[in-house]
Amino acid sequence: MKKFVYTIKDEVGIHARPAGMLAKTAKEFESTITIEKGDKSAVATKLMAVMGLGIKCGDEVTVICEGADEEAAAAKIEEFFTANL
Amino acid sequence: MKVFKGKGVYGAVAIGNASLFKRNEVPVKRVSITDVEAEKERVDKAKEYSLKQLRDIYDKALKEVGETNAQIFEIHMMMLEDDDYNDSITSIIETQKVNAEYAVAATSDNFAEMFSLMDDSYMQARALDVRDISNRIIGNLSQEKLPSTQSENKMIVCSDDLAPSETVSLDKNSLLAFVTANGSANSHTAILARNMNIPAVIGVGIEFLSQVQDGQLMVVDGYTGEVILEPDEKTLAKYKIKQAEDNAKKKLLLELKGKDNVTIDGTKIEIFANIGSTSNIGAVLLNDASGIGLFRSEFLYLENSDYPSEDQQFLNYKKVLESMAGKKVIIRTLDIGADKQVDYFNLAKEENPALGYRAIRICLTRPGIFKTQLRALFRASVYGNLGIMFPMITSVSEIERIKKICDEVKAELKSNNIKYSDKIEIGIMIETPAAAIISDKLAPLVDFFSVGTNDLTQYTLACDRQNPILEDFCDTHHEAILRLIKFAADNAHKYGKWIGICGELAADTSLTERFLRMGIDELSVSPGFVLKVRDTVRNINLK
Repeated sequence: MKKFVYTIKDEVGIHARPAGMLAKTAKEFESTITIEKGDKSAVATKLMAVMGLGIKCGDEVTVICEGADEEAAAAKIEEFFTANL
Repeated sequence: MKVFKGKGVYGAVAIGNASLFKRNEVPVKRVSITDVEAEKERVDKAKEYSLKQLRDIYDKALKEVGETNAQIFEIHMMMLEDDDYNDSITSIIETQKVNAEYAVAATSDNFAEMFSLMDDSYMQARALDVRDISNRIIGNLSQEKLPSTQSENKMIVCSDDLAPSETVSLDKNSLLAFVTANGSANSHTAILARNMNIPAVIGVGIEFLSQVQDGQLMVVDGYTGEVILEPDEKTLAKYKIKQAEDNAKKKLLLELKGKDNVTIDGTKIEIFANIGSTSNIGAVLLNDASGIGLFRSEFLYLENSDYPSEDQQFLNYKKVLESMAGKKVIIRTLDIGADKQVDYFNLAKEENPALGYRAIRICLTRPGIFKTQLRALFRASVYGNLGIMFPMITSVSEIERIKKICDEVKAELKSNNIKYSDKIEIGIMIETPAAAIISDKLAPLVDFFSVGTNDLTQYTLACDRQNPILEDFCDTHHEAILRLIKFAADNAHKYGKWIGICGELAADTSLTERFLRMGIDELSVSPGFVLKVRDTVRNINLK
């Protein structure tokens, strides 16, 4: 299991567009990628569930990758967060 | 005559006849079924067809409103294929043994409710997206045609609300404007209207729908958000004039878009735009500015309750640079103090803030703040064509100190293996008489000058620009100011450097010819003035 913590810097938070892009990116990997905010969590490939977390600017999220390609997945998703969120 | 008020989302005036938007909404009935597999297959087919329709709408939107705005339909396609959404439909069919239409409608209600209960207006508006895609599937299940909006005359479409896909599907050739009773400025529909250049007023209230009738004459003012049913003669005449003026202005703009900023005799000048936040980028592109001559970075500090982090700044700078796609973007470093106070800076009260502790003076004495901003700027530089500009310069030693700090930041980035562009231009504001007078000493040290005429005026004329009593004494065309600008321009050119003007004087078209004769290379004005200045330039003959 690989995980990292990230604080959202985008003004609007994880809105529809980045959630869509995130889902697309997450689908490239075999590993299950979970986004946690507080006591709520959602699988990154599930667009509506991720939007449902209501992640806003300043929120701290934990991203957990579990599976065969978890190293690569964590690296790529972290890169995605830094570049877009 | 009845007047309603909503939110105008695209500035323009429309006068025409009302057309009530008809939606072939099929009432969904709950029907018990026995063949679960057949029902699931119906959903799959309807979904497949819906995806195809959405792809077509996406293509139409791509052509009409551009990729950024078309993306909502890509999101719709992804929502349609969302696992949770589809699992919910399947499980309702399986467990309740009901028809596909009902399962989709129930799923739609659940997901829309989830969004509308969120405490964020942006997410609440997403409920409409869920309903939009669900209604499409239901429509396709029932094989009812989606509403067609073909009509012979141009109409003002009136509706309770419009889904994004309905907005894009409206035939632009028969659409004058649209008015919705509900809806928020956050909705994608509002954003789409803005990008389709359709006069639109949203959220006029549900009362409107009970008053408006098909074919009724009405006025839509997208500037003020006013919607007038059956206007009286006087009102109608007033709006006809407003519309004619608006059209003439827009026509001028349209004619000037894409044209060079060149005088009759062939002298060229750059016309850039001034912005104060990333939300102004749209206006810059709309008005065809060839770059950003002044991006005031203060908003990052003013909007925050604590120092903005390096990453937060980086993302903002990157966004501007990427949006401008290789065109010049000049970002001015922190210009706080005097008239722009920020609590967390804990600046002491001053007798004379305009002459006090501000701008570069804060940066050079609190290098921590300055370095954070510079690091963010350097990191962002690889995403476009960046210029960094320093405010309130009065001496050579200030530039030397700035350059030393820049070198330290670059060395740090290099040792951390963080990339930055080696083509960043470094410039200074000429906004103190001192800077203009020693511009021959400053020019060799920088890549460009930008004249800040507001401060240059107040410092040269010893006139507080915030004091209304002094207005008569604050002659912005004062010969002393124009001579200082000319002097700085000559010195810049002597060393092969360029000089721009980013203060309010840049947009003063009674001075454009004079600036051109001085050899000013760039004028940076508010986005709304870019084309007006371009028009002036194109009618000047220097020969």
